[in-house]
Amino acid sequence: MGPLLMTPISDNSTAFLIASAIKVLVFFGVYLVTVAMLTLAERKVSAWIQDRHGPNRTGPGGLLQPAADGLKNFMKEELSPGAGNTILFSLAPAIAFSTAMISWAVIPFAAPVPTPWGVMSLAIADLPVGFIFTLAIASLGVFGITLAGWSSNNKYSLLGGLRSSAQMISYEIAMGMSVIPVLLLAGNVTLGTIINQQVTGGWNILNLTFAFLTFLISAFAETNRLPFDLPEAESELVAGYHTEYSSMKFSMFFIAEYANMLTASGLMATLFLGGWDIPFTAWDNGEPSVLKTVLTLVSFALKTGFFLFLYMWIRWTLPRFRYDQLMSLGWRFLLPVSLGYIVLIATTLLVLQLLGIQAGVLQTGILFVLNVIVLVLMFVVFDRGRLLSPTTSKMSAAEMLRLRSLDRAGSALVPSARPESGMGD
Amino acid sequence: MAIRVKVMDRPVEQVSYVRATLSGLAHTFKHLVDPHKVTTQYPEETEALSKRWRGTHRMLTNEDGKAKCVACGLCPTVCPANCIKLVPGEDEQGNRFPLVFEIDEFRCIFCGYCQEVCPEEAIHLGRHYENAEYTRDGFVYDLERLTSQTHPVCEMWDPADPAGE
Repeated sequence: MGPLLMTPISDNSTAFLIASAIKVLVFFGVYLVTVAMLTLAERKVSAWIQDRHGPNRTGPGGLLQPAADGLKNFMKEELSPGAGNTILFSLAPAIAFSTAMISWAVIPFAAPVPTPWGVMSLAIADLPVGFIFTLAIASLGVFGITLAGWSSNNKYSLLGGLRSSAQMISYEIAMGMSVIPVLLLAGNVTLGTIINQQVTGGWNILNLTFAFLTFLISAFAETNRLPFDLPEAESELVAGYHTEYSSMKFSMFFIAEYANMLTASGLMATLFLGGWDIPFTAWDNGEPSVLKTVLTLVSFALKTGFFLFLYMWIRWTLPRFRYDQLMSLGWRFLLPVSLGYIVLIATTLLVLQLLGIQAGVLQTGILFVLNVIVLVLMFVVFDRGRLLSPTTSKMSAAEMLRLRSLDRAGSALVPSARPESGMGD
Repeated sequence: MAIRVKVMDRPVEQVSYVRATLSGLAHTFKHLVDPHKVTTQYPEETEALSKRWRGTHRMLTNEDGKAKCVACGLCPTVCPANCIKLVPGEDEQGNRFPLVFEIDEFRCIFCGYCQEVCPEEAIHLGRHYENAEYTRDGFVYDLERLTSQTHPVCEMWDPADPAGE
């Protein structure tokens, strides 16, 4: 946290306890309201993209729509499958819901605020193992979906649950690997330290652009959002793992999805966009003050909001992947590429250290140029449309020539005269 | 033998997922910031109806507020849905008037023959579609209901003016 004149609030145990309780209560309220508003935002963004108005009847501009939806879900009948496992069936939404929310506890969402009893860090729990904690909790989230799929005693639910477990385990590895360069730069897993490193050494989106992209893709897969929403693929699996759920239990899965989105966005803002850091200024990194806390909170909210918008924007643009494409993207592209990137960054950092270049503009510049080279190689030179398509088989040159000549001759591939009516064939 | 899928070796611009994604995102963003909304916000704004729109009926009245109908019986005769019930009456001067004139709007097919056949231009179809009742009986319009309604009436197709100008 840098050289602070005031003592941290944790030195005073009573004040620390009360402050933590207040933080938890306030955070919980704000978080849940934000999640509710996200459901509205999702519908509004989808409407605007599709040239519609979206919900605008409930309250001013539709602002009360989430409340109406919540009320409706409370009123609905709660069904549970007769042959299912009732205990796990009730437990699953609770797991999905709570794990989605716990991860947020370690993310510092504003600069520390001074109080008469000492400086209070604005993360619910300023854990020394910050990032590892989020990874651990995120991997617990898969239990909610898998148990929901299994306990429903429904083949669609089970398939959804299976898909989700396979998908989340695959992408967790890629996700963990893509953050290792961040930890290499910061030299620590505490999220506060990672932010401070970005304050002095430039944002990680410049230092580690490629890691940012791989993390973004893995985060989309981890939160089961389009184009990775195979666990609930409507066209194949009715509603996937929550087919049998109704009423508030269904609503909890819905909330969990948005809570996961919020947490992933906050994490991306923290790891790659400098957390609560305000760009192009230095004054927000010095002595803590209330004004500074408020402004950094706004800064963090804007960054998180950007990622939330990106989630929605992409959802309403891209179609869902095929299952084999999903697996191949995770295992055959993201994993090896992020492993190679770790080696590249580690080597570069070692070389820079030997040359005596400290964290700063020069280091950021060198790393950024390196990233641009990697990106150009990846997406322009190597990308021949095969990164995502495992069904591609490289055709021999002779076969290609034969097919092309057939095409040019005209009639061999496409019959010129079609039958008079399409009934007979 | 397993089925193998052959994919033609097409140019990069056509097969690059990254490029396709970016152009798709640009397209959706263009709609997001510059939407061409076509939704009519129905209860507040309504679309204009055609002059020949055929909706629920109206009976026009003369100056003293009585129905123009002379109970000639042409409309129940021509009605293909058999939805008009007419009981004619006659006063001391020999003027015929309807004692009972009921139209069952549920049976009506809104063909407009009754309006076309009426010699007095009394019964008309209305340019009106917001019909809601709490009971099925509410859709049997009696003479009082037919005369008290005020919505605009349908203009029949005129062979001399086919475009309706």
